[in-house]
Amino acid sequence: MEQKEYKSINKPVRKKDAMQLLLGRPVYTDDITPGNALVVKLLRSPHANAVIQEINTSTALKVPGVAAVYTWEDVPKTRFAIAGQTYPEPSPYDRLILDRHVRFVGDPVAIIAAETEKAALRAMKMIKVKYQILEPVLDFCKAKDNPILVHPEEDWFPPCQVGGDPKRNLVASEVNSDGDVEAVLSDCDIVLDRTYHTKAFNQAMMETFRTYTELDRYGRLHVISSTQIVFHCRRILSRALGIPKSRIRVEKPRIGGGFGAKQTAVCEVYPAFVTLKTGRPAKLIYTREESQIAGSPRHEMEIRIRLGAGRDGHIRCVDLYTLSNTGAYGEHGPTTVGLSGHKAIPLYTGGLEAYRFSYDVVYTNLQAAGAYRGYGATQGIFALESIVNELAEQLGMDPTVIRDKNMVKEGMKMPSYYNETANACALDRCMEHCRQMFHWDEKYPVRDMGNGKVRTAGVAMAMQGSCISHVDVGSATIKLGEDGTYNLIIGAADMGTGCDTILAQMAAECLDCSVDDIAVFGADTDASPYDSGSYASSTTYITGKAVEKACAELKERICSIAAEMLGCAASEMVFEGRQVRRIGTEETVSLTDIGYKSQVFNTQAAEATASHSSPVSPPPYMVGMVEIELDKETGLVTILDYMAVVDCGIPINPALARIQTEGGIVQGIGHTLMEDVRYDHNGKPIGSSFMQYKIPTRLDMGKLHVEFEHSYEPTGPFGAKSIGEIVINTPAPALAHAIYRATGVWHRELPITPEKIALSLSGKEGKNS
Amino acid sequence: MELKLTLNGRPVTDHIDPGLLLIDFLRNHGCYSVKRGCETSGCGLCTVLMDGRPILSCSMLAARAAGHSIHTLEGLQEEAADFAGFIADQGADQCGFCNPGFVMNTIALLRENPDPTDDEIRMFLAGNLCRCSGYDGQLRGIRNYLESRRKEHRA
Repeated sequence: MEQKEYKSINKPVRKKDAMQLLLGRPVYTDDITPGNALVVKLLRSPHANAVIQEINTSTALKVPGVAAVYTWEDVPKTRFAIAGQTYPEPSPYDRLILDRHVRFVGDPVAIIAAETEKAALRAMKMIKVKYQILEPVLDFCKAKDNPILVHPEEDWFPPCQVGGDPKRNLVASEVNSDGDVEAVLSDCDIVLDRTYHTKAFNQAMMETFRTYTELDRYGRLHVISSTQIVFHCRRILSRALGIPKSRIRVEKPRIGGGFGAKQTAVCEVYPAFVTLKTGRPAKLIYTREESQIAGSPRHEMEIRIRLGAGRDGHIRCVDLYTLSNTGAYGEHGPTTVGLSGHKAIPLYTGGLEAYRFSYDVVYTNLQAAGAYRGYGATQGIFALESIVNELAEQLGMDPTVIRDKNMVKEGMKMPSYYNETANACALDRCMEHCRQMFHWDEKYPVRDMGNGKVRTAGVAMAMQGSCISHVDVGSATIKLGEDGTYNLIIGAADMGTGCDTILAQMAAECLDCSVDDIAVFGADTDASPYDSGSYASSTTYITGKAVEKACAELKERICSIAAEMLGCAASEMVFEGRQVRRIGTEETVSLTDIGYKSQVFNTQAAEATASHSSPVSPPPYMVGMVEIELDKETGLVTILDYMAVVDCGIPINPALARIQTEGGIVQGIGHTLMEDVRYDHNGKPIGSSFMQYKIPTRLDMGKLHVEFEHSYEPTGPFGAKSIGEIVINTPAPALAHAIYRATGVWHRELPITPEKIALSLSGKEGKNS
Repeated sequence: MELKLTLNGRPVTDHIDPGLLLIDFLRNHGCYSVKRGCETSGCGLCTVLMDGRPILSCSMLAARAAGHSIHTLEGLQEEAADFAGFIADQGADQCGFCNPGFVMNTIALLRENPDPTDDEIRMFLAGNLCRCSGYDGQLRGIRNYLESRRKEHRA
């Protein structure tokens, strides 16, 4: 394996913004935008499916301090999608800024803009709405071909053909396969047929959705938003508002967490509309309740797998069908579902003879789902890793050994992963490393602690991608300053992940300087080179490569300017970091002198911009093992140890890669044991606050151990693959496995709460007695 | 109504709406470190010190702070910088939105218990949610800080 000693790469460099953040400096949207902007509030539908018959705003408009109230009658009639995706988006254009037909409890009915929050809230109560209440579609298993249509409108529009049909409540539908699934299954010694159910989970980033808008000095719409996707956001606003992109500027300050939630333009259109109408600055800050009930949570999925294997544990066939619930609008519906198969099945490329992956994505009258770290792979991996654990238990095989036999290995071509080859894959080493460090052989057996509690362990593997192949574009601009330092300008969005820092590490490595000599700026549609944005585990892999290319181009230009200064050919020059040397001589020009020269009688820009895109999406891989103690009386699961070994290629910043892993694991633990976006029988959300929607505290996660197994991805910058998403994928199947070991009951629906465990045990004892 | 209190060591007098929450009063007075993460006293982001004790400023009327001394992170920069660098070295700041509340509560912890065990740290900070870091990096940072302080004392 190729592995070089680097100066800045593979080093635990402190995040560039770390001290600003830790010392509480004003760096977020609400801190840096004027306090005298109009406060924007949204009146939301109390019904899951209704048509507005009458809406009267005259009393609301009389409330002192109210500047404007808008309803469906006031907004443009062009449908759009708020998913942050490259044009043409796979997500259907199924939204209006305000629609007469409201499709979930929380769907906006009116926009209120007022001088104070108090006035806005008072006015909200004064809006009189008469609804024609319709029966909603709440059960996603009954949504397809249901006579009740979530989107009966005629102007529903799919920019891409993904098998959707609103007359069947279908957003997308597809089947793809390799080999003869039925023939292989009929030839297998064992065929397991299981159905798994994963729920919607909220990203619950600490900073809720928020956007500030104003007209700038040129009368253009200036948007400051907590977003992962400045360029997509500009395009979405342009379509929704009917104004050209040249009249819109979108920038992001620091972001208080995203995890995919802010890959959807959840709230930008509302204040933007207010500013365009009134000409005044406007600010919309979602409450936690709004973020919980009208955000963009994970897609609920039901996944049926038929797994065919030999008695020796050889996995021969996977037939996987996913039904995905996109809720009232289709953001990310057609794409998340794809990962439930394409980023799960390839794990078992080893001896797989055939696979089939089919899916339907349906509308329901519930909160629209969106992008969440893991993006469908999380759901698929829960199902596939669980059924493999079921197979191992049924065969009496060690579940780590069954994986040794079947897992994808370096150099294998993966038919279920678009026929890509696993160029860099240390999954086998991750398994061996994890098994040793975790002491699997000691922890896996069920140990009765003698007080109603048992200890045991579970295991799971995971993969993800690095970027959307053939789609994502990352770019970087690098400029030489006159003192020999640099500016790196990007359109990717650091949302706490540290991409500003790791991209600076790459630039510093390329330019042979200190990371401190690279000032990073991002992201602003007026200033940044185009970048799809930070999602799909793409920033390190794609934008990183763009940084490498831009630095190479800049070095050539620096050499060229230096050559002019020395009166020789650029080909005679060699870049040495702080200076440029004429090869084989003592003649040098300092970077500072080149910097100053670039500003005097010079025609060569001392800057370079490069873009990158990839035809492949190399998967990172990992193994997670968890040891739990389960109280058989209460069903309480206590996590003792969580060990993860990750292959993300070469980690650019091992400290940040480790934190990403730890954070992802704890989110995964939350999804598995406690989190659940729930609704009552009318489709009204329950659990709209942190009092009801519990996320893990620091008492809920046990001891975490994270290690890395390096591989070298030849297409990535410095051998790197991605890390951000994969890390959320192992807790659910590993914990479900351990809980089975402890109780003898497979829980195939998330979350696995103490209540469900206790009930499953009392039922079992009842049956036994 | 008129409100008089001490904010970061300075006397402040203001006319406020009786219903004003302390968090909004503080942000109105430029203390932008104070963050709102929920509206139900459940996340710890808005933690400030009142007479040296940690409180949730989203759950207290500004009027109740009358006559008291309030400290936000703006007023405790040096005390925070003392250990914050150790958390930065772990990369555990992440998105940073929970940091001010977490840092304020850590200040309160270290004032009350200068040499806490890991379990004492976890218990004291249990009410400070963080969605990014998985908490372990924050713990390692505090532990490294305590260790470096011990070394300094020994030296």
